[in-house]
Amino acid sequence: MDAPRTLFEKIWSRHRVLEREDGQTLLYVGRHLLHDGGATAFDVLRRRGLKPWAPERIFATPDHYVSTAGRRVEEIEDPRHREMVEKLARNTAEHGIRRFGLGDPNQGIVHVVGPETGLSQPGLLMVCGDSHTSTHGALGALAFGIGSTEVAHVLATQTLWQRKPRTMRITVEGRLGPQVTGKDVILAIIARIGAAGATGHAIEYAGSAIRSLSMEGRLTLCNMSIEAGGRAGMVAPDETTYAYLEGRPYSPRGADWEAAVTRWRELPSDAGAAFDTEVTLDGDAIQPMVTWGNSPEDALPIDGAIPDPETAPDAERRAQMRRMLDYMGLAPGTRLTDIAIDRAFIGSCTNSRIEDLRAAAAVAAGRKVAPGVTAWVVPGSEPVKRQAEAEGLHEVFRAAGFAWREPGCSMCLGTNGDIAAPGERVASTSNRNFVGRQGPGARTHLLSPAMAAAAAVTGRFTDVRRLLEG
Amino acid sequence: MQAFTTLTGIAAPLPKANVDTDQIIPARFLKSISRSGFGKNLFANFRYREDGSENPDFVLNQEPYRKAEILIAFENFGCGSSREHAPWALLDFGIRCVIAPDFADIFHNNSFKNGVLPVKLPREVCEQLMEDARMGGNARLTVDLEREVVVRPNGEEIPFKIDPLRRHLLLNGLDDIGQTMQHAPAIDAFEAKRAAAQPWLAGAAGTTPAGA
Repeated sequence: MDAPRTLFEKIWSRHRVLEREDGQTLLYVGRHLLHDGGATAFDVLRRRGLKPWAPERIFATPDHYVSTAGRRVEEIEDPRHREMVEKLARNTAEHGIRRFGLGDPNQGIVHVVGPETGLSQPGLLMVCGDSHTSTHGALGALAFGIGSTEVAHVLATQTLWQRKPRTMRITVEGRLGPQVTGKDVILAIIARIGAAGATGHAIEYAGSAIRSLSMEGRLTLCNMSIEAGGRAGMVAPDETTYAYLEGRPYSPRGADWEAAVTRWRELPSDAGAAFDTEVTLDGDAIQPMVTWGNSPEDALPIDGAIPDPETAPDAERRAQMRRMLDYMGLAPGTRLTDIAIDRAFIGSCTNSRIEDLRAAAAVAAGRKVAPGVTAWVVPGSEPVKRQAEAEGLHEVFRAAGFAWREPGCSMCLGTNGDIAAPGERVASTSNRNFVGRQGPGARTHLLSPAMAAAAAVTGRFTDVRRLLEG
Repeated sequence: MQAFTTLTGIAAPLPKANVDTDQIIPARFLKSISRSGFGKNLFANFRYREDGSENPDFVLNQEPYRKAEILIAFENFGCGSSREHAPWALLDFGIRCVIAPDFADIFHNNSFKNGVLPVKLPREVCEQLMEDARMGGNARLTVDLEREVVVRPNGEEIPFKIDPLRRHLLLNGLDDIGQTMQHAPAIDAFEAKRAAAQPWLAGAAGTTPAGA
């Protein structure tokens, strides 16, 4: 009998074209997603006189450089940003690659578009020139981010050389409390294992608390695997996955659907499969989380207070904490709930899906954005936007004083010009609180959509559970 | 790609962990569709003050580190975004080698593809090299990829290990597309087998996105 294998090992071996003696493996790429930052990869092809090997396996959508104020390319003010979006259109048209461009009913953030169109499927090996490609692992795919030279390699050969990463299982057992979301689970995980805790590993998330998450929650969870250093993050496919995928535009249909599901049911890790590293967390103990520093590992439950550098274990961490508190404009001992914000941003590939917007709208309903706070909602894609509008969520947000924007990456990293001013404090549902991430001098705190909405309407970080209790 | 064989140069000390790619090259500079010219924006948020003037406290604004070709840092160097502008910016500034206890995976891959050598050495060795680097212009380090050693200013040789395929490509300045193309028949065979087992994955045949 074969040795028990993990989900990761099954997908890896199904995509192995060949393996060198030194362990370097040529992997076949089932789906390759592109966004508007990939122009240099096409230039590499052009210089070498090559064409994409399998254009029908490549799908593109502009997200990093699009305006969230309008849908026409001409509305992109900076000509260099506009050029990025236009280049994607030209490169994909030239090579017959399907593109969900501006105005297309499926355009959006590439990591929102993949799952919701059904392009992301269990058992697939997927890549994209973006670190948050780990998102697609929520469907039981092996998905990871690559750089633009590797994008060129995948365009040219539909394969990629990789060395097998180690495996890590993160098990979260128990019941998540009210208002404890996929975002809080992943922030709690990163706080535990650190920003490099999973470097060199493919993560599988397991346990009853993970199984209980919706597909949106799992997408958020897997999305931030990279923030723990993970090469990939995945959740084994189950009934939640199949129910989510059935009937999506690129999902298999009819007899193909039955055959696909039969195959997908073989994917979950076998009982007794060994992982190189095991981590366990108690799901019942996880609280709504907020970050305070400049790494996603610097996260605390909402009832926490800013830590004192003097209590740090060594001089280097002490110096690092002082630098972060200085940048963030925070004093040790300050309670999170006493920190006032200037902006709230609900969006990004981490938290811009319909469930995220519903959770935020439930908080915004009947309330008003606090005076002096600028609050934005940027839906992750056109389908999310349409669905939200069909449910009237946009009216809820607008009535509360939130701006309702067009789909794109927006303020997560501000490549399109959506940034905060120096010193502004942002309650953000995105994925990185790095120095300068949302603009020079901008101070980012990561949290869930409901917690961001609670911060927007109260003007400070607030335990959304208390707010909703009234 | 420029080959990397051996390099002797000034090493700049950057004694920080978790140096992310937003620090190496902030997103607002990712506007060019070419790979060159990013060196002036390397570590922009630290190198320049709000008025655009140089911050004299930042190591790369100090002599002799303006001419640094090697960077010494601590854990998890290059974490965050997959932007390849990070190695492009290092390269454009003149840095061709980063030495740290470990690297984030994507940055590590991207560096090799651009002729920037990431060398992993234990924390305590990085601390020694950090001290060497602090000696400035009189203390050049040599990084020899052929022999896989770092030579300290005192002559001590510290061995390191690089994946054989990557070492070969870097020593010869090759990219791997050409290598992979030699395996085209194997890729074809793989595709044929896969199409038979999972016809629904043979491109997007038979599926048209609703409304498109």
